[in-house]
Amino acid sequence: MLKTIAAAMLMSAAFIVTAHAQDGGKVTIVTSFSKDVTDPFKAGFEAANPGFTLDVQNKSTSSGVKYIDETKVNNQVDLFWASAPDAFDSLKSKELLTKFTPSVTGLPEKVGSYPVNDPDGYYFGFAASGYGIMSNDRYLEANNLAKPAEWSDLAKPDYYDHVAIAAPSRSGTTHLTIETILQGEGWDKGWGTLKGIGGNLQQVTERSFGVPDAVNSGQTGIGIVIDFFAFSAQASGFPVSFAYPSVTTVVPANIGIVANAPNQAGAEAFVNYLLSEKGQAVLLEPAIRRLPINPALYAKAPEGFPNPFKDPRFQSMITFDSDVSKKRTDVVDTLFDQLISFQLENLKGATKAIHEAEKALAANEQPVARSLLDEAKALIAAMPITAEEAASKETRDAFTGGEEKTARQAELEQKWAAFATEKYAAAKAKAEEALNLVD
Amino acid sequence: MALVASIPIRPAAAKPGQILAVSVIALFLAIFLVVPAGTVIYTAFTEKGTGALTIVNFVDFFNTDLFRRSFFNSVYVSGMSVVWASAIALPLAVLTTRFDFRGSLVIQTLGFVPLIMPPFVGAVAMQLLFGRNGTVNLLLNEWFGIRIPFMEGLNGVIFVQSLHYFPFILINLSTSLRNIDRSMEEAAQNLGSSGFRLFRRIVFPLAMPGYLAGASLVFVKVFDDLATPLLLNVKDMLAPQAYLRVTSVGLTDPMGYVISVILIAVSIFAMWLSAVAMRGKDYSTVQRGGGGLSRRKLSRGESVIAYGVVALILLLVLSPHIGLLLLSFATVWSFSPLPDAYTVAHYGRVFGESSLYIKNTLIYASLAGLIDVVIGGAIAYLVLRTKVIGRRWLDWAATAALAIPGVVLGIGYLRTFYGITLPDGTPLATLWVMVVLALAIRRLPYALRACYAALQQVSESLEEAAENLGATKQRTIRRIVLPLMTGGLLAGFVTSFSTAAVELSATLMLIQSNSDAPIAYGLYVFMQSPAGRGPGAALGVIAVILVALCTLLSHYVIERRQKALGTAK
Repeated sequence: MLKTIAAAMLMSAAFIVTAHAQDGGKVTIVTSFSKDVTDPFKAGFEAANPGFTLDVQNKSTSSGVKYIDETKVNNQVDLFWASAPDAFDSLKSKELLTKFTPSVTGLPEKVGSYPVNDPDGYYFGFAASGYGIMSNDRYLEANNLAKPAEWSDLAKPDYYDHVAIAAPSRSGTTHLTIETILQGEGWDKGWGTLKGIGGNLQQVTERSFGVPDAVNSGQTGIGIVIDFFAFSAQASGFPVSFAYPSVTTVVPANIGIVANAPNQAGAEAFVNYLLSEKGQAVLLEPAIRRLPINPALYAKAPEGFPNPFKDPRFQSMITFDSDVSKKRTDVVDTLFDQLISFQLENLKGATKAIHEAEKALAANEQPVARSLLDEAKALIAAMPITAEEAASKETRDAFTGGEEKTARQAELEQKWAAFATEKYAAAKAKAEEALNLVD
Repeated sequence: MALVASIPIRPAAAKPGQILAVSVIALFLAIFLVVPAGTVIYTAFTEKGTGALTIVNFVDFFNTDLFRRSFFNSVYVSGMSVVWASAIALPLAVLTTRFDFRGSLVIQTLGFVPLIMPPFVGAVAMQLLFGRNGTVNLLLNEWFGIRIPFMEGLNGVIFVQSLHYFPFILINLSTSLRNIDRSMEEAAQNLGSSGFRLFRRIVFPLAMPGYLAGASLVFVKVFDDLATPLLLNVKDMLAPQAYLRVTSVGLTDPMGYVISVILIAVSIFAMWLSAVAMRGKDYSTVQRGGGGLSRRKLSRGESVIAYGVVALILLLVLSPHIGLLLLSFATVWSFSPLPDAYTVAHYGRVFGESSLYIKNTLIYASLAGLIDVVIGGAIAYLVLRTKVIGRRWLDWAATAALAIPGVVLGIGYLRTFYGITLPDGTPLATLWVMVVLALAIRRLPYALRACYAALQQVSESLEEAAENLGATKQRTIRRIVLPLMTGGLLAGFVTSFSTAAVELSATLMLIQSNSDAPIAYGLYVFMQSPAGRGPGAALGVIAVILVALCTLLSHYVIERRQKALGTAK
């Protein structure tokens, strides 16, 4: 036993010595992108910039942000590369990113209505992403369902128990989808739509990729996803479709240089490569399929590939106000969790009762039952707080911890959860009463 | 119940060697477990914003419906998982150790494989087989128009957890059964006991240390596991709640850490309970049964039934791995009972890189397993055989590691060791050795339980005899205790090794470059895109085969040892 331990220790010592024979041109990048995305970029970058090697560290977006924050005293990371703009906002506000002006010029300032780059020059969009509805063709056919095109379609009784979404508190991209719906339709109507969809959810996943994964494998029929998940799945041969609803937005996926980067020159070289025509062309590879930020590239795109700079669908998309979004990020995510994710069983129970009463009423219209049903719907749509309250300082302080005493996050959560439980139970009772009247 | 009169007379004063051992282990646990975890969990006791010390967060915990519900769900799921895991493990353990059963080595190994469920791909494979539109349900729906919700809600979690963690019971119970002295059984038979009564009154009680070690591990592990509930999208359990709150972007919510503290408290309580259940009972036997229990021959009819039962259980528990294998050869597998077509291209894709991952995995996991067995064995000895002050605390501290979410430990390591730099400027936290230590700490409770059970079955009178004959403490440990514990130590090593080989959560925070990455990280990197599903599954298969081979090897060693002991007798 002793011998083995001694051998193991010797081995470890040998490793420590050899493992850190670095060469000067290592560029370290922390990213949430999969190997299918990073490998071609690594190959392309190293070919275009001899002498540099790209060292890719995969972490989920949230672990990446935490990692850079925890290691700032002795930072070893040059770049942060991910989709969700809010992660970059969070890094920027903690002063963990560095200003930079890329040498690539002539790129558009806006995609759809969203600014491509951070106005202060801390991070840069390199690809555009739109949010939409992905569906599994085989699943829809087996269940006799039509392809949904709009968010409101997903709230229809036909789609009960067929829809999946990632929790916005877990997925920056889903958060933006939710916020887009709220801004496009307004606070109350928007939450009405979201709870309508919520009542039809089969699952709320914890990872962004959980949704396309469930749709690809046919565990669920319909998912609310970012476009490239669907395009790359199609390119890999999965029987899936994708649609952009009319209320949606395109936002950029980003890259930023980390403050005190050990290899600033290498980091700058990578950003310039990523934005150059060569780097942008990599985005069109079948396993990646993201929308390039450089409009010139769309000439090389495959048939049917959407072009956010020309396609009229994208021009009519709503203006996304990131200031409004930033103020209420935590509140919106927590509301979604407390009213939908953690209340899924209650919400689905009430929704099912409403769907059944609706069906019975369609065959046999009765005013009393109809008004009961309307009350039930109103109960589901009711919100514990208004848009103004959500963005107020008191509420925000409960989440971030302000200097003055406010309600604690846990107290607000409990209040909202209790509100939802009560309203959903009442809604279910009303819907059942309506059904009894008709029967 | 006491089979050999236990002799409680022990020297009251601790030997200097024992005090040294306690101090060294305490230091190790303090540096690599208590301090890193403490730096993170401390948040649970502070007020958000001001940072003042408070316990208001715990009041909030008990005032929140969601957390209360999560708490009861977690207890229920853990309890039921122990019941089902026992139902799976008991027949396998008894048939392979008590009967002359061909292929028991293979069965023991295969019965162990479910513990090696690579992250993500294991989940995908389970869904493809048992999910709402998995193979089984698609076929059931086609033939009978029904679906069985295997994978839904709390029952789904219980289903998956029992399949996943029953090997804890199997491996510890089998080791215990092998260690029972045959003469006990023969004595009972001479007195007229036989069949089920013999098993219930003599054999099973004697194997109790192993069963309890396994069952308490299953309970605590299920209670603290976050991966399975999350893969089934069950969020109202404690561990997933803690994870969801600790890892959200930009949020600094103390509740995640409060839940971690509660998880730790419950885990230690459960272990304490199992220790209380054992208190005042003596399970040791003087003789090491040569070849374990006497092995009965099965009649032809019994054989058919026994092999049928074993085959059925193995088919069920190995189904995730069968799914994984299919997935690794599949082109597209979507809403159909079987993949559309097959290919070997995925293996080609991972072939080049996998050798690096395999090398790293083997080094990390075997070093971690080794550290665990050494420390686990030492703690077990100190607790059971000495009266050194603080020995129980070592046990509790090591056990608490089970309840600390990997991501919390990962962040703690970064906080504690990132500021410390080596002479060339690289932070201590970026060395791969840190990954080994994190893995060792996370898997220490497994090895500890196994060592504990092994030592409980060794009678103290053997050591006393050795000492009476003039052997020193050290010599006694080396020549008497260690050889008698070998089976348990190996069981501990195998459990730590194989589960460390597929661990991801702490690793993900600590891996600094691809060249230091183990196989679980490689898997994670692939499993984020549709085109990466096949290669990810291929890597998963490689990982499972690799760990299974190592397990088979160690089982082979145990078997040979037992046989050697048997003939020597």
